Amino acid sequence: MKTISELVAGFTDGSYTPTEAVTDYLAAIKTKDAEVHAFLATYEAEALAAASAATDAYAAGNTAHKPLLGVPLAIKNNILIKDHIATGASKILEHYTAIYDATIIERLRAAGAIFIGSTNMDEFAMGGSTENSAFGPTHNPHDLTRVPGGSSGGSAAAVAANMVPAAIGTDTGGSVRQPASYCGLVGYKPTYGAVSRYGLMAMGSSLDQAGPLTHSVADAKLLHDVMSGVDAMDGTTITADTYPEVPIKATYTFGVPRSFMTDGVDTDVLGAFEAHIETLKAAGHKVVDIELPLFEQGLAAYYIVMPAEVSSNLARYDGIRYGHSVDGKDLLEVYEKSRAEGFGAEVKRRILLGTHVLSSGYYDAYYGKAEIVRRKMRQELVETFKTVDMILMPTAPTPAFAIGEQADPLSMYRQDIFTVPVNLTGVPAISFPMGTVEREGSRLPVGVQYIAPHAGDERLFDAGVKIYDTSLSPR
Amino acid sequence: MQREDITKLANLARIELTDQELDSYGTELSQIVAYVSTVSEIAADEADTTPMVGARYNVLRPDAVTNEPDQFTEAILREMPQVNGRSMVVKKILKTE
Repeated sequence: MKTISELVAGFTDGSYTPTEAVTDYLAAIKTKDAEVHAFLATYEAEALAAASAATDAYAAGNTAHKPLLGVPLAIKNNILIKDHIATGASKILEHYTAIYDATIIERLRAAGAIFIGSTNMDEFAMGGSTENSAFGPTHNPHDLTRVPGGSSGGSAAAVAANMVPAAIGTDTGGSVRQPASYCGLVGYKPTYGAVSRYGLMAMGSSLDQAGPLTHSVADAKLLHDVMSGVDAMDGTTITADTYPEVPIKATYTFGVPRSFMTDGVDTDVLGAFEAHIETLKAAGHKVVDIELPLFEQGLAAYYIVMPAEVSSNLARYDGIRYGHSVDGKDLLEVYEKSRAEGFGAEVKRRILLGTHVLSSGYYDAYYGKAEIVRRKMRQELVETFKTVDMILMPTAPTPAFAIGEQADPLSMYRQDIFTVPVNLTGVPAISFPMGTVEREGSRLPVGVQYIAPHAGDERLFDAGVKIYDTSLSPR
Repeated sequence: MQREDITKLANLARIELTDQELDSYGTELSQIVAYVSTVSEIAADEADTTPMVGARYNVLRPDAVTNEPDQFTEAILREMPQVNGRSMVVKKILKTE
């Protein structure tokens, strides 16, 4: 297993070349992916050609402004790469070819990255297990009977199985952090607006952000630094002046919302969490108890705001301009049949829910109230961050569950309880492994989540490098 | 939620549902809606006055064409389910006697 930093060091001193790296990773995909099913497509010829060019560039010393030169990456299939199929793991886009690069793809490409393939996911990023893919589930490399988490489960499994050194996912309610927790990786959700959403398939537009899944916090920072920044194509991208500066410090004060961690949280996860608190204290950090009553109730507001945005965003898939189309006796029937055939069960469920909460007579009771809750949550966070530098909690209440285990939608939604308040309020958060728990003979990783104030991305990377990369990481 | 409620939502959402889906979504959405209704308790006595934290502002750009002519036309036409030359084919929506 190699980090991006190690790959680049090898490319630079000539001990390893991008061509060797891409060849090795493609071979690993051939060996392992029949079992894991992390990839929906690989771009073999194109990746090898790019690797050859990168190998030549290293030999010639042409590496300026290319921090990712020759680094293979896997990309979640809801992110557009020009001339490649972008399905969103939905049947409705099974044959859809992207006609432009997402801004983050453009930036990764310009930095020298090589796209080795696209990864599986829950359909249109709706789910926490990658079981909702129209192309079959992905399996967790730590235990193939279990889910890798989701919705960026393919990206997480690809990195965890060492089929690629790092991957990009998207996080609307925990879809990068929760699979990172289940697969033993670093997962990063930036401050809302830090990274352009142009060229991402919109799910919940006020919640979506793209982020990396990596083996180290330093790698996550490297990828984030390349992808982030103002983009004229996304009016919600932020500048350095949007939020007050969040300084980095030698040691930090962490706040733990104790009352949040009672119902439905696995005992072994709590055990690993308590051990992590001791690690922090031993390293000279302070850990204090805090109250976050509204944050704790975020899940209900999330399952109003998100489906409302989903029902609006997915109205575009109508069988007329692109995607799966079914003929009917009139225009209405074309819409209804195309969407019936093209969407899976969870996507339909959320569209119906969103349609309900936005419908006449219910809007004020649901969407209006949820937006008020959301605003109050932001206010609560502002107050909290006056006394603590970061909030500390587990990333998910349990380790990876078995494929098919969570049949009830509401119990599946509860897996997101610690991650969705972060998206609702727009603050950044990182997840990295805090230990493992044993389940039926398998050692399963579990993640810890650090949450910082808006624009506190550098603080999270600083703390993550200090605590994970230099001490906790098994490397 | 009753079956007719789900039928109404499906019509609004432009999704044809099977009988089985009408039943299962009725049960599931009832549970989910009961759960999310807790927001009205949290925000019960709130008028919409809590101050917004963080900036919200308009982003404007010059109203100018930034693409080259035909830059994306072929690629977009290729994705259309049915075309006639450079036009997309859609069902007639006006009835003529």
